[in-house]
Amino acid sequence: MDLAAAAFPVVERSVTVTESAPVGRRYHRLRLDAPDLSALSRPGQFFHLLCRDGGGQGPYLRRPMSIWRCGQDQPLGFLFHVKGRGTAALAALRAGDRLSVLGPLGVGFTLDPCWRRILILARGVGLATLAPLTDAAAALGIAVEAVLSARAPADLMAAEFAGMSGAAVTPVFDADGSSAAAAVEALLRDRFARARPDAVFTCGSNRLFLLLQRLAGEAGIPGQVALEQQMGCGLGMCFCCVRQIRAADGAVVNLRVCTEGPVFDLAAALAW
Amino acid sequence: MVDLRVRIGALTLANPVMPASGTFGPELAQVFDLDALGALVTKSVTPEPRAGNALPRLCETEAGVLNSIGIPGKGLDHFVQVSMPEWRRFRAPLIVSLSAATVAEFAAAAARLAATPGIAAIEANISCPNLEEDGRAFAMHPGTAAAAIAAMRAVCALPLLAKLSPNTGDIAAVARAVEAAGADAVVVANTILGLAIDIERAVPKLGAGMGGFSGPAFKPIALRLVWQCAQALRIPVIGVGGIASAEDAVEFMMAGAAAVQVGTASFVSPTTMIAVLDGLRAFCLRRGLPRVADLTGLALPGRPRLAAEQAPGRSALA
Repeated sequence: MDLAAAAFPVVERSVTVTESAPVGRRYHRLRLDAPDLSALSRPGQFFHLLCRDGGGQGPYLRRPMSIWRCGQDQPLGFLFHVKGRGTAALAALRAGDRLSVLGPLGVGFTLDPCWRRILILARGVGLATLAPLTDAAAALGIAVEAVLSARAPADLMAAEFAGMSGAAVTPVFDADGSSAAAAVEALLRDRFARARPDAVFTCGSNRLFLLLQRLAGEAGIPGQVALEQQMGCGLGMCFCCVRQIRAADGAVVNLRVCTEGPVFDLAAALAW
Repeated sequence: MVDLRVRIGALTLANPVMPASGTFGPELAQVFDLDALGALVTKSVTPEPRAGNALPRLCETEAGVLNSIGIPGKGLDHFVQVSMPEWRRFRAPLIVSLSAATVAEFAAAAARLAATPGIAAIEANISCPNLEEDGRAFAMHPGTAAAAIAAMRAVCALPLLAKLSPNTGDIAAVARAVEAAGADAVVVANTILGLAIDIERAVPKLGAGMGGFSGPAFKPIALRLVWQCAQALRIPVIGVGGIASAEDAVEFMMAGAAAVQVGTASFVSPTTMIAVLDGLRAFCLRRGLPRVADLTGLALPGRPRLAAEQAPGRSALA
């Protein structure tokens, strides 16, 4: 990290797309040539992307995108659901195109080096947000058990999630009923009983968030949740991306997902 | 070299570029050196804490955004005790935007700010469209605007900037009223009331219903308002509304602005203000203008014109 980067930790820069490829039926991945930004980024943080396709077309505001791949040894990567104008413009980018990024932004996940194992519960593209956590945990010698929920086997991006981290993945699907709330609850209770995690993490589903919050609360296991919200500036200036969070004194306060989050204490976050 | 200094009443700013209230915070210091700016402008401070409006608070359009944030904040006590020490870290002059519900509240808060060290000026936000029923604001009418400014003027020796509203039929009349009431400058203009509807759900896209529109699509309207105010007033006009480039800023200054504020564009590119500043300097160099202040009012009726073609070393004014 050079001195300029230390003084100004958030960078606005146009970078080159090195890879742009569809993943499964609805998802897309981008890799960017920005090794210094990748090295500065932490799991759970995000970049604010100016979503313009190769022809310069796209929505007016940037779109927040959680980091899927980051670190000293790999290109900065994003994995997203192609859903609206912003993500469609991003998916239209090709290798060699330029993309304006702003980041890294926000508060990421916290890993305690004393932990032995963690459990990750992710739904859909929420797994992209949690994926870099598996590498970070592996680097600290923390075992990762992941329960990934998807509509059908074709939508499960287990390889995109776990990468080389060696995480143990248990898939559950809507298609065979294994992702139903009762089934996931039984699965989690079994995991908690057999190999109690030191912490739990989730992203991507209000229903799974509420389930994990309840079960972790009962078991006294700490947890973290990555929240999503529409954003304006991404820097904490416009106050449009607030979510309700329960403060230490019990009061419910509006906190900015971009600045105080996107990762919040699992017990403190309120359903959305 | 170009002299970038501009005067706003008793204030001399190092350059004419500053943020628009509500689109800026100390968080931007993560991206660049805020002391490069002519001034810093806080989000509006209100006498009491406010939770802000219902979500969604922001809705983008093709070339701008509607917002109804509702000035969430922790109130004046918190601002003076907690936020001011943070702002004093910066050397650029601090302009505190102040919003209140009544004339008496405006006056009491202005007096408190006047007694707080480290504040260069107060920007009286008498024009936020998101606080009162049906988008009403003090700056919609000359009488209410002047009453708020006069009450603050009576208790506050700090330079007082009145932020005017585009949501009025005769902005020159409002501008003259606040000038007569003692304002040192006007800031033209706040957001214009607008609406967007989610046609699938048949409800407004903003949680609060209406919102304030800003961004590039608003620029011609804001520029016209600056042009009208500059011709109606002796006090300086600070131009704001859709500025995203140095060329935009030059337009506002030629229309009569002594300085400019950049707002929504900072959401798209947080380094916009630095690009505007660099571009203003380059424009003056290219056109042989020794002072950026020479741009102010160049396009107003009856002013000497810039030569269409400028030979190097020749005077800029034909």
